[in-house]
Amino acid sequence: MAFIEFLKPKNKLEEGGRTTAPVQQDAGEPEQVCPNCHKSIPVSKLWSSRLVCPCGYHFRMNARQRIAMIADKGSFRELFSHVVSENPLGFPGYTEKLETVRSASGEAEAVVCGTADIGGSKCALFVMEPNFMMGSMGSAVGEKITQLFEFALQKRLPVVGFTVSGGARMQEGLLSLMQMAKTSAAVKRHSDAGLLYIAVLTDPTTGGVTASFAMEADILLAEPGATIGFAGARVIEQTTKKALPKGFQKAEFVLQHGFVDSIAPRSGQKKLLSTLLSVHEGR
Amino acid sequence: MKGGNAVNQVPYAVVKLARDSQRPTGLNYIQNMFTDFVELHGDRRYGDDPAIVGGIARLRETPVTVIAIEKGHTAKERSFRNFGAPQPEGYRKALRLAKQAEKFGRPVICFVDTSGANCGVGAEQRGQGQAIAENLMELSTLCVPVISILVGEGGSGGALALAVADRVWMLSNAVYSVISPEGCASILWKDAKKAEEAAASLKLTAEDALRLGVIEKILPEKELGQKPFYDRLREELAAELAVLSKDPDLITKRYDRFRRIGQVKERT
Repeated sequence: MAFIEFLKPKNKLEEGGRTTAPVQQDAGEPEQVCPNCHKSIPVSKLWSSRLVCPCGYHFRMNARQRIAMIADKGSFRELFSHVVSENPLGFPGYTEKLETVRSASGEAEAVVCGTADIGGSKCALFVMEPNFMMGSMGSAVGEKITQLFEFALQKRLPVVGFTVSGGARMQEGLLSLMQMAKTSAAVKRHSDAGLLYIAVLTDPTTGGVTASFAMEADILLAEPGATIGFAGARVIEQTTKKALPKGFQKAEFVLQHGFVDSIAPRSGQKKLLSTLLSVHEGR
Repeated sequence: MKGGNAVNQVPYAVVKLARDSQRPTGLNYIQNMFTDFVELHGDRRYGDDPAIVGGIARLRETPVTVIAIEKGHTAKERSFRNFGAPQPEGYRKALRLAKQAEKFGRPVICFVDTSGANCGVGAEQRGQGQAIAENLMELSTLCVPVISILVGEGGSGGALALAVADRVWMLSNAVYSVISPEGCASILWKDAKKAEEAAASLKLTAEDALRLGVIEKILPEKELGQKPFYDRLREELAAELAVLSKDPDLITKRYDRFRRIGQVKERT
């Protein structure tokens, strides 16, 4: 498969970072330990299975890997890649943090936007980046998402978005918070024009991103086992001093409570998105 | 990292003032500034959240819909109001009342005072994130004027859910923040005791919010909670509503108001 090449680690952070479990170097072929079934999986096998363990556990995937997996070959055109955050509040350590994260992740910001074909249907696409401050939303993420919805409205395109986020980016304070309102208003305009928005919620989608554009799609899909919620589970446990229910805030739990439309395993995502887009074609 | 010097403690002192249980709360504003208040309960979906009080009232002669987060003053009141931390039902009630206001052409006035949306298992099960998201989306195109006043704590998404407005004002000792200083310190520095430092770094005072273009006006707290204070605020609201009610481009301007917030640069 064409996307396998894209899945191979390109930098140190991808290799040993939070996207995947630590690599075991002692054996012949590198292996990764699945945090769910605790079995070792040869890395090559993981790549050919879209970073899904045979037990069904979905490893985190970076934005470029997802685009390679979802977009028709050669169809992705990146947009707004020049828009980046600075340190508007002079927040301690943030400028340095941005630099470190940029060089380690190879991305300029926590979301990649563009246009792509999925199974022959054209769409505007955004994919958030877990290796960039866990997909947190600051001014640049808010601006890029807003610009994408405005672009999609102008071109009358559906939007497909993959979310992964710890929420609003603390280091930009109120400016981050306001991106929730800004993106929501852009989603609303796009929606009011009768255009389709499909969100795929991946692990984790939380905080201010859940409470804004992630939950505002016409169709909400979730990857198996993804944590989806507003408040952090640990914070809830500490606040309420009660044990959390089994599977709390997991995609399946969120489905059971009626807040997503369907669980979408990676293996069938492209076909599912393609079907959903084609059904809405001509809108 | 600098320690908690005197300069850094100033914003945290404001945070403490904003949280003071003796500050006027939502119901105080409703009772002292409006007449003919009729409280309307429930979200028509699941329940009624005492942390958000809403209803119909008159501001001078003008019928308005008023929605207020209520923290309560006494221990008993505060417990009943869940310390002003709304459940999803509170946000859904607020949206229901805002939509009702739109139907009858009434302006909406919100009083915001919360440490944040309620953090709990039930709130998650009933879609706290979805409830807030829907408010942000729907309020962005509400066809009637919306004015939100932050009177105490403006805690994150739980405050913003009632502050997608044409005008957002803050009392001079109110705070507005993406996260509590304690939460920020605990996440970034693994030490909740560094809250003073976090409060200074987060730029959460009314002056900061004004400078960042997040609010239009700071309301002085002279005679806070006394008749002249409420009278002054009533007059300011009435004057602003008169302006907004005549504006034919309300929704476009509201879009642009939020559209321009943020600071990005062009990477070369």
